Amino acid sequence: MKADPKGVLTGAHFIDGDHACSEGALAAGCRFVAGYPITPSTEVVERIAERFPHIGGIFIQMEDEIASSIAIQGAVWGGKKAMTVTSGPGFSLMMEHIGYAAMTETPCVFVDVQRAGPSTGLPTQPAQGDMMQARWGSHGDYSIIALSPNSPQECFDLTIKAFNLSEQFRVPVMFMMDECVGHMIERVMIPPADEIEILPRRFYEGAKENYMLYHANGEMVPPMVKAGDGYNIHVTGLTHDERGYPSMTVATQEKLIPRLIDKIKLNEEKIADYREDQIEDAEIVVVTYGITSRTAIPAIEQARKEGLKVGHLRLIVVWPFPEKYIRSLASKVKAIVVPELNQGQVVLEVERCAAGKVPVKLVPHVGGTVHNPKDIYNAIISSNNQKAE
Amino acid sequence: MPEELYEIETEVPGNTVEEFLRMERMPHIWCPGCGIGTSVNCFAHALETSGLDLQKVSVVSGIGCTGRVAGYVNLDSFHTTHGRAIPFATGLKLANPNLKVVVYSGDGDLTAIGGNHFIHACRRNLDMTVILINNFTYGMTGGQVAPTTPLTATATTTPYGNFEQSFNLPYLAESCGAVYVARWTTYHVRHLTKAIKEALAKKGFSFIEVLSPCPTLYSRRNKIGDGLDQMIYYQESSEIKHGADTKTVGLDFQGKIVVGKFVDIERPTYLDAMNDYYSKRLGDKFVHYNG
Repeated sequence: MKADPKGVLTGAHFIDGDHACSEGALAAGCRFVAGYPITPSTEVVERIAERFPHIGGIFIQMEDEIASSIAIQGAVWGGKKAMTVTSGPGFSLMMEHIGYAAMTETPCVFVDVQRAGPSTGLPTQPAQGDMMQARWGSHGDYSIIALSPNSPQECFDLTIKAFNLSEQFRVPVMFMMDECVGHMIERVMIPPADEIEILPRRFYEGAKENYMLYHANGEMVPPMVKAGDGYNIHVTGLTHDERGYPSMTVATQEKLIPRLIDKIKLNEEKIADYREDQIEDAEIVVVTYGITSRTAIPAIEQARKEGLKVGHLRLIVVWPFPEKYIRSLASKVKAIVVPELNQGQVVLEVERCAAGKVPVKLVPHVGGTVHNPKDIYNAIISSNNQKAE
Repeated sequence: MPEELYEIETEVPGNTVEEFLRMERMPHIWCPGCGIGTSVNCFAHALETSGLDLQKVSVVSGIGCTGRVAGYVNLDSFHTTHGRAIPFATGLKLANPNLKVVVYSGDGDLTAIGGNHFIHACRRNLDMTVILINNFTYGMTGGQVAPTTPLTATATTTPYGNFEQSFNLPYLAESCGAVYVARWTTYHVRHLTKAIKEALAKKGFSFIEVLSPCPTLYSRRNKIGDGLDQMIYYQESSEIKHGADTKTVGLDFQGKIVVGKFVDIERPTYLDAMNDYYSKRLGDKFVHYNG
């Protein structure tokens, strides 16, 4: 289905990543946003608050991030596409409701414009320190999808993708921006509405008698209904059977939890999205995501100039982690370098998949600014000296 | 046992409440003497005569004994996270204003962990009905002190008695902007049924506090008898005072209970205020929001 032209501001814009994210949400058909002010994400909701009255959406500034992260889920069961927007401290507060969305299979989007932490940290400066939290932050076992844009254009494009994925798999999708991408101003092209592909919510339309809310009918993802449709649904965060009824037994848990995980895990390759650059002949591959992909480019170019066979793999979908791809990469190359604006998070996944086949070198950063490309360059050089034979 | 006793009809003929319940989920988890089931009975009777399209009624609960109401009513029902029934209901109602949204939860859920959401929903005058079952304690977790536990009452986490001032909930709701505020006990089933019916018909944030016995934890620990003893207490100590100044209706341990309808006023709801304001401010550019 094509985007509703009402929400699409077709044309060339010179805007920051936060505003581009807002436009992406509007184009995706998001018509309910709940949020709480927090730097450096606030511009996203500010623009939405300005735009919604003109297109028939509703923004509510809730009393905190906890309220925001559950209000969007109420709105989804009321029939809307919905998102909330925050940064580190607020993201921490939202964790319980990421679990609720995963457990109740409520499609929605959580935008996290990352800043340096822990705690209040460096509120106006970038980091990528919430990547593991995005994957594992809520208690218990579940799966989510996380995307990481590296430009305002991608903040637009990938916000739409985030909504589409959330509908396709009925999962909360984490949109992992950072302060740098959020506040970077670049040209953003918004295409005409009829060129924007939107995945509508898949609604069940069968008989009301004996209807079962979580009966997936042999598939991994059951269709949805919404409140008011006459199905008398029951939605609970408790372990539930296919009817949605609480059933606190090991048997029910064994049936439910693997499906919640497998619907993402088994579709890893379908969900995967990455960009390869000069991978074909590479001996060393720099694996990046988000803003770090851009600071890595001068380092890679310099090393290439000096004759080193360096390639670049940029993860757009970070979760689910592209395990199969990294495994096969690790058997082809001689070293992997992972720059991150944190003390080592996604590198742990790279190491796990490389499984000792090649050395994996982290280029850590405490956050507050972006990497100096020199640090990434130096890591490439030192990896070249230590690379696997 | 005499033979004829076995022939007693155990099914109550014409129990009109059953169609409002998910009978396949019975028996419920509530203890003998607990008042939550009584309140659900009143709620069902109120719905029965409300004239509402039941397809459009949603019940939202938090966590706790009362939080389980959502699991038993045969309506669209949402059992959310602890304390967050109101913000969930906020999203639900704003997404589809044609729904009649009822929040049904306990005192700990709505006024301790969920207290912030409660006061802001009152302030915004969100169009929803909040039925708060106040049993003065946390039942599901074993009887801990709550923001509603009266001074000196014993709980597992106040083994020597509670020294914290408790909330006067009708006063809290009124001062934060609720347009309908009432208090009844589970003894007052007819009044409570009528109040729920009124609240359902009310536009804006309507709030009913329902005092309800918790014989297993609160009453036993405080040595005030069983469920029946609490009903006798409610009967003997309640005074109906419609329109009472909510400042004066605070509760003491086993003291006098003022019940009645305290507040019934008109004020624009969140959505009406938004639509009216934006229509004036933005004129034709505003797309009127109705879901």
